[in-house]
Amino acid sequence: MFNFGIWTSEFNNFLMGFLPEWATVLVECVIIAVLVLLTYTVLALFYILYERKLCAWFQCRLGPMRVGKWGLLQVFADMFKILIKELISLKDTDRLLFKLAPYLVITSSVVMLACLPWGNGLQVINYNIGIFFILAVSSVGVLGILLAGWASNNKYTLIGAMRSGAQMISYEISLGLAIITIIVFAGTMNINELVWAQDKAWFIFRGHIPAIIAFLIYIVAATAETNRGPFDLPEAEHELTAGYHTEYSGIHFGFFYLAEYLNLFIVSGIASLMFLGGWMPLHIPGWDGFNNVMNYIPSVVWFLGKSFFVSYVIIWFKWTFPRVRIDQMLSFEWKYLMPLSLANLVLMAVFVALGWHF
Amino acid sequence: MSEIKEIISRILPSATFTEGDTLMVTVDEKDWHGFAKALKETKGLEFDVLSAVVGMDWKDSLGVVYYLTSTSRNWDVISVKVAVPDRENPMIHSVCDLWKVANFQEREVYDFYGIKFINHPDMRRFFLRNDWNGHPLRKDYDADPKLNPIPTEDEKNEDDTVSYVEDENGNVKAVPGKVFEEDEYVVNVGPQHPSTHGVMRFRASVDGETVKKVDVVSGYIHRGIEKLSEGLTYPQILHFTDRMDYMSAHQNRHCLCMCIEKAMGLEVPRRAQVIRVMMDELMRISSHLLSFGCTAMDLGATTAFFYGFREREMILDIFEKTCGARMSMNYNVIGGVIADLHPDFVKDVKEFIRIMPSRLKEYHKVFSGNLIAKNRLKKVGHLSKEDAINYAITGPSGRGSNWSCDCRKKHPYSVYPEVEFEEVLESGCDSYSRYMVRMKEIEQSCRILEQLVDRIPEGDIRAQVPKVIKLPVGCWYQQVEASRGTFGVYIESTGEKNPYRVHFQSPCFNLVGVMDLTCSGYMIADLITIGAALDFVIPDIDR
Repeated sequence: MFNFGIWTSEFNNFLMGFLPEWATVLVECVIIAVLVLLTYTVLALFYILYERKLCAWFQCRLGPMRVGKWGLLQVFADMFKILIKELISLKDTDRLLFKLAPYLVITSSVVMLACLPWGNGLQVINYNIGIFFILAVSSVGVLGILLAGWASNNKYTLIGAMRSGAQMISYEISLGLAIITIIVFAGTMNINELVWAQDKAWFIFRGHIPAIIAFLIYIVAATAETNRGPFDLPEAEHELTAGYHTEYSGIHFGFFYLAEYLNLFIVSGIASLMFLGGWMPLHIPGWDGFNNVMNYIPSVVWFLGKSFFVSYVIIWFKWTFPRVRIDQMLSFEWKYLMPLSLANLVLMAVFVALGWHF
Repeated sequence: MSEIKEIISRILPSATFTEGDTLMVTVDEKDWHGFAKALKETKGLEFDVLSAVVGMDWKDSLGVVYYLTSTSRNWDVISVKVAVPDRENPMIHSVCDLWKVANFQEREVYDFYGIKFINHPDMRRFFLRNDWNGHPLRKDYDADPKLNPIPTEDEKNEDDTVSYVEDENGNVKAVPGKVFEEDEYVVNVGPQHPSTHGVMRFRASVDGETVKKVDVVSGYIHRGIEKLSEGLTYPQILHFTDRMDYMSAHQNRHCLCMCIEKAMGLEVPRRAQVIRVMMDELMRISSHLLSFGCTAMDLGATTAFFYGFREREMILDIFEKTCGARMSMNYNVIGGVIADLHPDFVKDVKEFIRIMPSRLKEYHKVFSGNLIAKNRLKKVGHLSKEDAINYAITGPSGRGSNWSCDCRKKHPYSVYPEVEFEEVLESGCDSYSRYMVRMKEIEQSCRILEQLVDRIPEGDIRAQVPKVIKLPVGCWYQQVEASRGTFGVYIESTGEKNPYRVHFQSPCFNLVGVMDLTCSGYMIADLITIGAALDFVIPDIDR
């Protein structure tokens, strides 16, 4: 398996050759920031097209076809349009919070993106509480949504923000518990170690029953966390026109829009990290020849492929199910999903203690 | 009818009778409320449905013509005429305590004729702005733009209302009231909103996510069709009907044509009658498919919407081939239909009937069988049978409350008596029942089409009609079953070539009347669900 760490450390040594240490770190930080932002934009554009095409195929349509071959350039045109749109400022809004909100949302999602393990040795920071950090940062996004809803001085946005707050805070519990279940199994929160622990086989196979249950809980909770159908109540366009971002225009709206798609990628990325081996290729114990062949596929491809697959499932949900109602959604979380996650956590602990796993 | 006449003359000796297509009873205003109560409650009369409220201006007097139906007595219809000579301050007793449907109907009459209804709880205008001068359907209305200049300021939310209350001594005084209290959190839904299915506006007072009260604000696309019709000849007013409930274009136009034909005593060729019924049923299927799609979309299931539209497209293609248009077909004319069927018609209809059952199964698999959809629709928007009758909620929405009210069965017209079909009834009284009635009615409409498609007789497609159509002096009322309920047309003629008064009694007007009743106590998301399941079309309300 190719280790991208060789490249990065060589580049580091090269810079250290003629720069003092502080300058090296500075240069590296700038380069990484640019790379992360570039990845962010490209991925967001890809996701917008990905969803539009998928939803079109679900609905017996073709999707965007006019701009570029198969509509490939449509998203660039759309993004360019958003960039040149006027930022409308409204009467009687809380100016500061109104402008701050989209940045909070997008910052939290960029930070989360930066923490993901992209490939063997391709990681911005190796942090001993990595997954915990990601969860903590994801909560900042809720704040942005609440602020957006509050600062817009509009009844729709306020209801949307309230729904969003209730929803994201509730489902965060199940999401966290599903992740803790796997942490109990792996015994580490370090992202790098989590991936290497799946060298023999992915967690979803090693942890079998409790891991599969945790995976299912995670997918449901992640759909709710990203405000996607059937849990898209905060922006339920048929009730609240656009929910919390009704009053936003131009690139401020674009930030919400991009963050929404990137959050989809991020939760898929975490799912692939926690359950499907992250960038680790498919390894089956005993099949060494097969495992070697799998190792030839680059680790980045593995990570992206798994994430796109999980996103596909979440997109599939959205274009199949009707939207649930707020009371139904909350009772589903508090009455069914959270008790199940807790029970599953105990089950996993028992399995780990008794060694009933691979 | 003679029994009814007898009972009425016993109750109210001063009542006078006019025989027309329905029995018309003329009563004095001072007797009206007591008489109305007797009409509703006396055994042997029991007129429990107020079918239509038609405001009138007879130049020397203003008044109202009420059409009443008795569900227990074989759906007999009578009309009652109440007139007041006072043009300055006309007042008639309200009957909205007896028939709740009169609430909005009387507000419409007040809006257009300025007749104030005594004891009506909420005497605001219904369509026009509150600061409008004059009452446009009066014959002496001054349409000078100087009186009503184009407003340059936003309309204020008018929370003030007035009620004209009569005390024991018969003195009427105006009592001001409030629609919403100061501290209520009122969410505005519409007129530009994705799920009001047009430019409809609801003001919903909410407590958290729970809706407490819904106020309907209408008139954003009112075109004054009734006023326009008074200045046009009969063939000219036909095309308005396609533009009211555009999802019942054929049925509405069928109704107006039948009303005029009835007045002229014209016999329609059998071929035209069969074609008309087939078109009506195709229109009904198309409407119910749209309703399926929109209900699904309002609940967030966007994919099901496209599935519904895929099949609806086939019907629109059939319409396009024969009528030349997909939307406002303008197909029925007085005496028959405007053009003969396209050669492909029979083949296309057969193809449609063949594929539809499997597609319906697919809908149930994709949407109706889904647990989330069931949870969203079931036990939402309860409307009991009594309320449905009291609010005159006909059509699929009424039948979803287990009220057998199909005009095709109750007042059979055209070739409907000859075809076999069932009236679909559901007893759930909720949004799910209304939705299911529509889905099952698609099957029944296919059944009617199946029976007729091979039996379209040869012959003329329209009867000979005079070049200038004049109706004799009198008034006529005709009802048909449109896609959303009973659609009625009232024509009053003075023997001229244009009508003296045309009134369209649209089913959707009554449907919005129950929004407050059905939405109160449910959540904001349910308001959209209930609206989708009632399935009103706004141009039908704002005629």
